Amino acid sequence: MDLCDLSIHELKAQLEKEEITVEEVLDSFLQRIDAVEDKVKAYVTVTGTEARERIRAELEGSLAGIPLAVKDNISTEGIRTTCSSKMLENYIPPYNATVVDKLNEAGAVLLGKTNLDEFAMGGSSESSYFHETRNPWNLEYVPGGSSGGSAAAVAAGEAAAALGTDTGGSIRQPAAFCGLVGLKPTYGTVSRYGLMAYAGSMDQIGPITRDVEDAALLLNVISGYDPKDSTSVKREELDYTAFLQEDLAGMKVALPREYLDLVSNPEIKESVLAAFKKMEAEGAKVEEVSLPHLKYAAAVYYILATGEASSNMACYDGVRYGFRSKEAANVAEMFGNTRSEGFGEEVKRRILFGTYVLSANSYEAYYVKAQKVRTLLIKEFEDIFKNYDLIITPTTGDTAFKVGTVTEPLESYKMDTFTVPVNLTGIPAISLPCGFSSKNLPIGIQIMGPQFGDGKIIQAAYSLEKILKLGNKRPELEVAQ
Amino acid sequence: MLARKDVEKLANAASIKLSESEAGKFAGQINELLEYVEKINEVDTEGVKPTLYPVSLENVFREDKVEPSLERDRALANAPEERDGQFRVPKIMG
Repeated sequence: MDLCDLSIHELKAQLEKEEITVEEVLDSFLQRIDAVEDKVKAYVTVTGTEARERIRAELEGSLAGIPLAVKDNISTEGIRTTCSSKMLENYIPPYNATVVDKLNEAGAVLLGKTNLDEFAMGGSSESSYFHETRNPWNLEYVPGGSSGGSAAAVAAGEAAAALGTDTGGSIRQPAAFCGLVGLKPTYGTVSRYGLMAYAGSMDQIGPITRDVEDAALLLNVISGYDPKDSTSVKREELDYTAFLQEDLAGMKVALPREYLDLVSNPEIKESVLAAFKKMEAEGAKVEEVSLPHLKYAAAVYYILATGEASSNMACYDGVRYGFRSKEAANVAEMFGNTRSEGFGEEVKRRILFGTYVLSANSYEAYYVKAQKVRTLLIKEFEDIFKNYDLIITPTTGDTAFKVGTVTEPLESYKMDTFTVPVNLTGIPAISLPCGFSSKNLPIGIQIMGPQFGDGKIIQAAYSLEKILKLGNKRPELEVAQ
Repeated sequence: MLARKDVEKLANAASIKLSESEAGKFAGQINELLEYVEKINEVDTEGVKPTLYPVSLENVFREDKVEPSLERDRALANAPEERDGQFRVPKIMG
């Protein structure tokens, strides 16, 4: 095992004892990138030169010298930030996202910007303008998405951990597909300043890591009130590592039966039910509950998310930044051609659908109706959390799929039913590995808690991780030497 | 049901120029998606308030105070075209 296969806390421990140096750590990650990136294609931009420059200074903080990756829809000053779109192919932000400032202050070293579905709209990372990212567990499979580059980088040892963003499952689903931990914090916990918005009422930044301890460490760094994000929530700052305790005794866990009914791969059901058995043996109390509105969640999500997206994407007009079409006799033609040539198919489809649901004749029937069903879904979750500490489900209905096999938009939208309720209701959720399929593809289990119960889900995930003892199994990539 | 013409109108509203074949393809897919989301009409939402944001916040105000902002040359650095310290666009009238 190389240094680049270690978790953040393992690297920290060895660095603190001066058994290894920051240079050795960075070298190990850059060597791995050199060896596997041709196959995995996790990154849009690798910032190796900047990383070497950065470690020449004495780094201090809780992440001192730890090499991390950041999804390429999070602004980095002076480093191009593309959203994996032709629209922003050459865009260089003049400022840092708040989370990037926080990583810098904590001493982290940026290895690069990771690939995503264009503007975070997708679940496979195939809609990137630049290239598809592959799943390190099997290069014929997708890593999931939209934070597929972040997940693939961490799984392949091309970063110790990464930031992703989650609007409808974009952290948790790729974490599940790549055998990692992915945490979507409570809405408002992490500042969205400097994140290119997809659906502002649901977008949230969070960590993708090799274990639960690393997720808590990163959440400590990136969370906190930010006056630059008006949806950021002012609360007492928590030390999330205080929740890294093995204790499930007396925890009341709800298992919504509608989730199990949606699982298409029986190996996932088996693996998740086995995890429940083990939790019960440690003193957790698991009961089946019903979530009757779950079947509407994906419909509500796609109405609201595309509506918000159609408005958020209006800023890409070829005037102030980004791509501009050369073909235009007047400004209206310039807008139309710029957006036609600059956006990919999935982005256009979502803008058009969002424009439709927001248009005068369908606003009440679709958009407002969906906002009302959202209210009912929130109520349904709140009612469950009155009697239970946690809701636990599979993260996905199946393991990763082969590149190029999910081509119908509606088919991929329906898959998101497992993850979108968390974004619609603003609650925190974490996905962690709970087993492997017969094809040796990872399976994820999703733990949800009530709003601001991020600590509670970290404790449950940490305990479950210890019980499951999957160890630090890593994909075996055939590495070009 | 949306016809190709309706999709062209939507595209026009969203300032996206579509080819005929794109408009036809999107019309089919959007109709399929509309059919799928239609099921939310089964839900009784009588008297239910719409949710805009999942976490309830009061109006967020701040003091009206001048703070440093982006300098002009940095704001213009990503512009596709600029002239005399301003964004330049193709002609707007005529």
